[in-house]
Amino acid sequence: MKLTEKAEEILEALWIESEEKGKGFAELDRMEFEASDPAYHELAAQAFIEIKGGRLYFRPEGREEGRKTIRRHRLAERLMMDVLNIRGENGDMKACQFEHLLNEGVDAKVCTMLNHPATCPHGKPIPPGECCEEARKSGDLGVVPLTELKSGEDGDIAYIQTEDSKKMQKLMAMGVLPGNRIFLLQAFPSYIFRVGFSEFAIDSAMAREIFVRR
Amino acid sequence: MSFFKKKGSCHEAPTVANDGARKVALVGNPNVGKSVLFNALTGAYVTVSNYPGTSVEVARGNAVIDGEHFEVIDTPGMYSILPITEEERVAREILLNERPNLVIHVLDARNLERMLPMTLQLIEAELPVVLVVNIMDEAARMGLSIDIPLLSRRLGIPVIGAATAKKVGLPEIRAAIRASVGGATPPFGYSRLMEGDIAAISTRLKGDYLLSKKSLALLLLQGDGEVADLVRSTEGEGAVDVEEGVKDKRFERRESFHLDLSMERKGIVKGILDGAFTAPEKRVVTLAERIARWTVRPATGVPLLLIVLYFGLYKFVGEFGAGTLVDVLETKGFKELFNPWITGVVKHFVPWVVIQELFIGEYGVITLGIRYAVGIILPIVATFFLFFSVLEDSGYFPRLALLVDRLFKTMGLTGRAVIPMVLGFGCDTMATMVTRTLETVRERVIATLLLALAIPCSAQLGVILALLSKSPGALLVWSVCLILIFLLVGLLAAKVLPGETPMFYMEIPPMRLPQLSNVLTKTYTRMQWYFIEILPLFIIASVLLWLGKITNFFETMVTWMSPVMASLGLPKQTAVAFIFGFFRRDYGAAGLYDLQTQGLLNPRQLTVAAVTLTLFIPCVAQFLIMKRERGWNVAISIGVFVSVFAFGSGWLLNRFLLMTAIL
Repeated sequence: MKLTEKAEEILEALWIESEEKGKGFAELDRMEFEASDPAYHELAAQAFIEIKGGRLYFRPEGREEGRKTIRRHRLAERLMMDVLNIRGENGDMKACQFEHLLNEGVDAKVCTMLNHPATCPHGKPIPPGECCEEARKSGDLGVVPLTELKSGEDGDIAYIQTEDSKKMQKLMAMGVLPGNRIFLLQAFPSYIFRVGFSEFAIDSAMAREIFVRR
Repeated sequence: MSFFKKKGSCHEAPTVANDGARKVALVGNPNVGKSVLFNALTGAYVTVSNYPGTSVEVARGNAVIDGEHFEVIDTPGMYSILPITEEERVAREILLNERPNLVIHVLDARNLERMLPMTLQLIEAELPVVLVVNIMDEAARMGLSIDIPLLSRRLGIPVIGAATAKKVGLPEIRAAIRASVGGATPPFGYSRLMEGDIAAISTRLKGDYLLSKKSLALLLLQGDGEVADLVRSTEGEGAVDVEEGVKDKRFERRESFHLDLSMERKGIVKGILDGAFTAPEKRVVTLAERIARWTVRPATGVPLLLIVLYFGLYKFVGEFGAGTLVDVLETKGFKELFNPWITGVVKHFVPWVVIQELFIGEYGVITLGIRYAVGIILPIVATFFLFFSVLEDSGYFPRLALLVDRLFKTMGLTGRAVIPMVLGFGCDTMATMVTRTLETVRERVIATLLLALAIPCSAQLGVILALLSKSPGALLVWSVCLILIFLLVGLLAAKVLPGETPMFYMEIPPMRLPQLSNVLTKTYTRMQWYFIEILPLFIIASVLLWLGKITNFFETMVTWMSPVMASLGLPKQTAVAFIFGFFRRDYGAAGLYDLQTQGLLNPRQLTVAAVTLTLFIPCVAQFLIMKRERGWNVAISIGVFVSVFAFGSGWLLNRFLLMTAIL
């Protein structure tokens, strides 16, 4: 049965207190919702949590559920920032609403699209899902910006992500086209790469916008 | 538009036969050898260099082939017929408005795959195109093989393999110009979807155009403002219909039209090159490439830069140019031989002392003006330009640009500004002109300011080095001061001036051994420019100085400036050097030189005077160019700022040196 949004938020808060801060529990009177809130009953009824002496504890199934919930929340944050470019408080708020849609496999899709990120925009860890584990096993490094390549490495250009269409045209005219092979010759002080038989130098701001499949 | 008109007018040399001569336009990516081909065809000279984007201007020349006259137009480099930069706009202007009878697309054999999409665009526009696959020699060295006849069949146009720098392929190119071709229907096409979208627009175009309707439709779909204007004015009432169609299609394909088009073109090129272009399995790494690697790695690149500066600037320009050559020309040539002789001649023919003074006096046009210009400035500037041209042709500058990009970013500039900055050490006036190649107005203003303030020109550098070389401590303080001020003012300017620093991208041409003839011609053209611009100013300066002397204006000025000099801890005679310095900075430095030989300055005073004078107002010529390039407001603001800053720094430095007593 699908949990209510409030219940999911309680699980997230409990995860941070109990698992990330390592306390093993969370104080009931320091939670965002009143102790009388029905969401606690909902969680207790599904055997996700236990309330003892004014403290919340995970039960084993609940811990797993909490892990997934926090993962969805942080993936949503990444999605807001990296893809939709919604930042700051607004981004956090939208992420809070969005996370509840990321169940039943949608999270795996989003996670793959974001290339299995390890941290949220605030630097907190995103617990890995099955998709991350599979990707790691198959050695698929996915698509990374040119800045992630080491000098001497090469890859195929996957796409160019820029809001400036002039710059896009310039890059394409330089031969930076999806499907072309790109060799990174040097990464400091500027990025020097070779496409075909020509060499180009670009700065890191531009290198961040060229995505390469290794 | 006005940019182009201005350019055009100064190139309308009388030798160009405009009356009915067939027009041939050279187009292509930057740095593929268009200018070399232009020079070979016309016998005229345009600056050729190994630096992408050197031809900002349009050059026109006259070629005679089998007795027939042709007007050849060399255009700035363009990557695509959809223009992005000002140079590309200028180049496209010619295709759109000049009705060339033949368009020669020059490209680099090594980069056939990358550059062919533009050939496709030219063919598609139904322009009369001939393709010149240039630099075949270097391609062969890399083991590439290109089937020219097959390429020609597949493209449906004449294709010529060439190595214009080695004069290979020139007869074939001349024959092609002579034969002339008509525009053909392209033997290739896009996907059905793309063709459908193009047709949706092109069928609505009813007017008469120079480019094909297919080509125009594609440009409209890519959001080309100039073509949109052209269509609006040509179509009249039908324009609304066209615009509606374009708007719909653009919206429909808003996601990725540019990319889709590029990918389709890439596909077409792949098909055309299949079997016509083969590259070796393993890349051949040439020695030049290996050297080129060293120049761009910080660990080897920075020491290499220092070596280049030491031998090129210090040893060659400083010691050889400003030392040995000046000694021969100025001391032996002028002071011992020419001046006594001319003094005798003038005294013989001109009885009035005042007029004698005008020519041969202390500030005489001949004894001071010409002597400075020819005896001191000429050898220094000549050696500098020679050094600069060698570096330019070797392909070193783009590498230097990427090396300093990070540092320059902190000053609101990109690596591209390295050319005007280095050129500034030769002549700040010329460098200020070159700042127009920078991308944004903000960059141009910052570069202009830094050139005016902290970059000493070669003439000044020569004199100041000679002046300070006797006291190494003074030289050190002077260098440290200038470097700090350069960085500090750059940082502040970047903070104060609104706007963002543009991104840095640059094509890195292969390193080549410079060709002597090319280097010499280039040095010669630069010197010629320098003399035409500068010599009259030297003469005017001498006349003004002479006027100042006979009217006692100088004495008054010196009296006025004495309090300023006193606050800097300098004797009041230094005021003369500063007044000189307004006419030319190196003049001022030379004035200091005189003071020092008279024993009027101690090392501290010498250092303070040298720093202040280096920072002080640029020479009159530079100020005039600043006004021309940036307008009165910017020029005057920079002028005032530089003067105040120069004296302020002088004052501070004097205090500092007095307090610490390090000199």
